Amino acid sequence: MNTSFTRPGPGAIITSVITLDGLTKVFPAPGGGDPVVALGGIDLHHAPGRVHGIVGRSGAGKSTLIRCLTGLEKPTSGRVEVDGTDIAALEGAALRAARRNIGMVFQHANLLDSRTAAQNIAHPLEIAGVPRAQRRERVAQLVELVGLSGREHNYPAQLSGGQIQRVGIARGLAAEPKVLLCDEPTSALDGGTTRQILNLLSDLRERLGITVVIITHEMGVVREVCDTVTLLENGTITQTGDLLEVASDPLGPLSAELIPLPPAPTGIEALVVNCDYGNSERFRTTEDLIRLAETYEAAATLVAGTIETIGGRQVGRVQLALRNYSGTPISREGLNAFLAELESAGVVAKEVTA
Amino acid sequence: MIELLDNPVFTTWDSNTSLWSNTLITLYMTVGTVLFSTVIGVPLGLLLFETSGARSGATRWINSVVGFIVNVGRSFPFIILIIALIPVTRFVVGRVTGPNAAMFALAISAIPFLARLIEINLREISAGKIEAVQMMGASRWQIIRQVLLPEALPGIIGSLTTTTIAVIGYTAMAGAVGGKGLGDLAIRNGYQSYDNVVMVATVLVLVAIVIAIQALGSALARAVDHRAAAR
Repeated sequence: MNTSFTRPGPGAIITSVITLDGLTKVFPAPGGGDPVVALGGIDLHHAPGRVHGIVGRSGAGKSTLIRCLTGLEKPTSGRVEVDGTDIAALEGAALRAARRNIGMVFQHANLLDSRTAAQNIAHPLEIAGVPRAQRRERVAQLVELVGLSGREHNYPAQLSGGQIQRVGIARGLAAEPKVLLCDEPTSALDGGTTRQILNLLSDLRERLGITVVIITHEMGVVREVCDTVTLLENGTITQTGDLLEVASDPLGPLSAELIPLPPAPTGIEALVVNCDYGNSERFRTTEDLIRLAETYEAAATLVAGTIETIGGRQVGRVQLALRNYSGTPISREGLNAFLAELESAGVVAKEVTA
Repeated sequence: MIELLDNPVFTTWDSNTSLWSNTLITLYMTVGTVLFSTVIGVPLGLLLFETSGARSGATRWINSVVGFIVNVGRSFPFIILIIALIPVTRFVVGRVTGPNAAMFALAISAIPFLARLIEINLREISAGKIEAVQMMGASRWQIIRQVLLPEALPGIIGSLTTTTIAVIGYTAMAGAVGGKGLGDLAIRNGYQSYDNVVMVATVLVLVAIVIAIQALGSALARAVDHRAAAR
């Protein structure tokens, strides 16, 4: 499976800051049963300066992937390369030094309660042996950068969930890592705070040019900030690519997750058709679909739909109810012809049976 | 009422009868024991914590050996331990009677107790915090200094308080090796000589000491505790 998806911007060189090559992790089963394959051969190349999303349900292997990336877990086979360094091959002091290339942000921030916000942010610098004066200067910048001015001398217990995560992000950035690895960074936050944190992350990417990897189960997070997305299922990659590409591929597993379909309506005297015009050049809006239905002498009404603008392009999944002008459901032949024409134009259309 | 205060327990300074000198002896034995126990018990607790859950052979071995010693130490009734230790005490302290000899036995008994409590304190730190600092590239020693000890400090102070109070209770048996102290005074001059004044006076002083230590320990723990629940 070729899962490389570096799409260079104008003038960019194709390099990747994170390279996973056939990454496999097998855990021996407790009690001597079949070994558990947590990761079954992951190939992934992450381009620098972009926001990469890795999604999957719990148990898909996300946590193992993070632990392999940070060297907390040794892969059974395969390579883990971060900024040109093979993490899996390192031990001891060399591994500890390599870990400083990765800033980590956690779901529950994992701040130390015994340290103030500023002391928590300074912690990676302390470990790296940065002199006190330099540390103070850098912490002041970071506090400003994540919008925590005035709260830096508070203990975590005196901060709100969103503020705690800002401290966590500042701490992740402190040692100027190449990659900011975020493990479910917003899953413990409310909607408004989630948006603030996501805005902060994409803002940081803009200002610092840092590569951000967000591991999450929330599709909203992917829609909002990610440039690329990778779907992990049972320890393997089932889909990966640029967000628009993936969202507009109606046959891929992710488009349905990113742009969910409403449930089929009941009690409607009409044929109901689901249309996914993500990839079509001819049909760009719902209006286009309704006009086509008219040429088949059917009145189409929009009963449900999800329309998103991703990368400036409309991507949608809509549900249309089709009736003859007389009010009765349209004929089988008419429907089939309508569906066939949609299909030929790249729209994935399916009749919904309630 | 005045006759009560004429009791030699109040009027003398001789350590065979005096409440005052025996109070000082108890405090001396307690403070000394707790200092020794802290110096050895806290590192031992760290060792128990650091070696627990290890998969490799050597670490696992260390953990079971230390764990076994701690369990044996904790299961000895103190009065038996004090007697059983006499040859060792002679070797280490130089004599087998007196407060210093008693202190040695007290420390041997308090160290495993404290070590277990410290291990429990460290176990309460969430694994996520330790991993977060590991991912910053911290060495094991940095994690001990910068995460384990500061994060567990409120709990460690609580454990030291509990250990101190337990040691005060154990000093009552120090009389068995001529260690003197309040407990010894209460047993000899109060219980065995049917002197209720001595009995009540020593108990009241012990209660006051325990309350004072607990109050001090709680205040210290609160002062270093920055977690939300403590506010």
